[in-house]
Amino acid sequence: MATSLKQLADSLGRNFGKQLVSVEIKYQEVTVVVTPENLIEVATQLKESEEFKFEQLVDLCGVDYSQFGVAEWQTNDASNAGFSRGVDVSTTTGRLQFGDELESVVDNGARFAAVYHLISYQNNCRLRLKVFAADDSFPVVPTITDVWASADWYEREAFDLFGLLFSGHPDLRRILTDYGFVGHPFRKDFPLIGNVEMRYDSVKRRVIYEPVSIEPRVLVPKVIREDHRYISDEQMIQEKEEAKGDA
Amino acid sequence: MPEIKNYTLNFGPQHPAAHGVLRLVLEMDGEVIERADPHIGLLHRGTEKLAETKPFNQNIGYMDRLDYVSMMCNEHGYVLAIEKLLELEIPERAKYIRVMFDEITRILNHLMWIGTHALDVGAMTMFLYAFREREDLMDLYEAVSGTRMHATYYRPGGVARDLPDAMPQYQESRWRSKKEAARLNENRQGSLLDFTEDFTNRFPGYIDEYETLLTDNRIWKQRTVGIGVVTQERAFQLGFTGPMLRGSGVEWDLRKKQPYEVYDRMDFDIPVGTNGDCYDRYLVRIEEMRQSNRIVKQCISWLKDNPGIVLSENHKVAAPRREMAKADMEGLIHHFKLFTEGYTVPEGEVYTAIEHPKGEFGVFLISDGANKPYRLKVRAPGFAHLSSMNEMATGHMLSDVVAIIGTQDIVFGEIDR
Repeated sequence: MATSLKQLADSLGRNFGKQLVSVEIKYQEVTVVVTPENLIEVATQLKESEEFKFEQLVDLCGVDYSQFGVAEWQTNDASNAGFSRGVDVSTTTGRLQFGDELESVVDNGARFAAVYHLISYQNNCRLRLKVFAADDSFPVVPTITDVWASADWYEREAFDLFGLLFSGHPDLRRILTDYGFVGHPFRKDFPLIGNVEMRYDSVKRRVIYEPVSIEPRVLVPKVIREDHRYISDEQMIQEKEEAKGDA
Repeated sequence: MPEIKNYTLNFGPQHPAAHGVLRLVLEMDGEVIERADPHIGLLHRGTEKLAETKPFNQNIGYMDRLDYVSMMCNEHGYVLAIEKLLELEIPERAKYIRVMFDEITRILNHLMWIGTHALDVGAMTMFLYAFREREDLMDLYEAVSGTRMHATYYRPGGVARDLPDAMPQYQESRWRSKKEAARLNENRQGSLLDFTEDFTNRFPGYIDEYETLLTDNRIWKQRTVGIGVVTQERAFQLGFTGPMLRGSGVEWDLRKKQPYEVYDRMDFDIPVGTNGDCYDRYLVRIEEMRQSNRIVKQCISWLKDNPGIVLSENHKVAAPRREMAKADMEGLIHHFKLFTEGYTVPEGEVYTAIEHPKGEFGVFLISDGANKPYRLKVRAPGFAHLSSMNEMATGHMLSDVVAIIGTQDIVFGEIDR
């Protein structure tokens, strides 16, 4: 990498100041969070200014954080009957069926995000830009098709799969799902098996849609283990101190 | 003067030149394209959503099925993302094997591309030539993984197994005489590396054959020179990567600029075009095959001299060997845990990109600390390329659309995901 990540993060802070919600370096990658109001301005400057020169939008995708950190097994402590066993039906996205509802575990405004990956060919560096839509029931983010033309299809895809609305997009149609598809399949509350299935009806002599007949089949439950190999030293110390305080 | 009206033409999805299931709605003025509107998604399988419900290792096989003509490169992007989150070091030999198979895959992909591209434009022979060589490379896939296409060979922590010491042999059958089988087996007597070396020695000659057929061919040039011109500035804007970007004169290759595995130790050149038309992109890809051949050769000579382990010995992530799982208590526990629950990956978000034969193949992985990905986004190079169809095709004739589809090297497995 031509410029060090620290330098990049510093100059981002210097140039944009309060326009950025946060700047973070993790896993050798810089992530910047912006509010939807500031997105266009920040994006334009990231592309135009000599210092950054992010010529290309490499990727754009939607994320639904509504089930972040929700596991099917509790593994933190064992009760008298051992660890929790047997999975509650319809608590996670893979096991949902038609009509099941799933509650979001995050606050309103932290559920849907659009994530942009930028690359600068001149400076040989990458940047991740993240925008959270303010309202979960009607998530809107401004379009950046005027800044990077490649955003066109990516925004259509995020709209199709997550229902993220990109205000100002010239042609926000569905792109990957079928003509006349209902719902946004990559949302965590959309069942993995889908809602409808399609077949040719020889009596009616046309293709018809029916409710799905298959059962959800997820074989391995989702487990989150607290693995001390991945906990940083500071966290360890903090935990110890908390334990002392409790005692 | 007769009055000519604009009309709409539906191209595909069942058309041999549509490279799978592309549906194009073309607005035509006579035979000239006014507007091209690609309809995609006919091969959408929801790979990314499926991946959210499966442990990390079970998704490797899905990656093969994305871009189904460059299978191992897709796996590579995915396992690199997991390794980055786990901060896992992989054995040196595994890195060389991965680089070698990435380059073999690149040749496989480009052979498929040149065969179909030339066939679409009218050169039937190229297709037969390219598939002759693909056969040898697929035998390599088969020897190392057991399958000719969907290998599932890479693992977080290395590769599934070491290179075999013997190549499978042709058998005498009702359709193949003993003499014929013996002839086919001639260069398969040694190890996989010997066979690969034999191929790399033969391959430059084959590329010369292709070039004899096409490079100065008058019809080929008429169909490709000046077709689908993209300037450098537009290439950035439209999200072009890989040979499409290099064809427009940008000297950029992730293997050189942001090297992964052992590419920084390899000696190879990056071909760059000047005009940004179909013909330049053809020249770039032809030269890439020669360069890949060079890299494979370098890998072979290193791999021959340096035996060693090919899968990490961190058995919290990589499966222990069978003997260990049978004889050793720890090994048994690790084996059981890995194949029932899988491993958990620390919370975080990473984006890894590799130089895929078609361009930049990126994997954006979000983990919430579970044994399954929270969100997996595959950045397929073909998606960005196809989105530029309208701009590239407008003003050209209908027959040029076929050349443009060919030059974009489109595979629907990765575009629709």
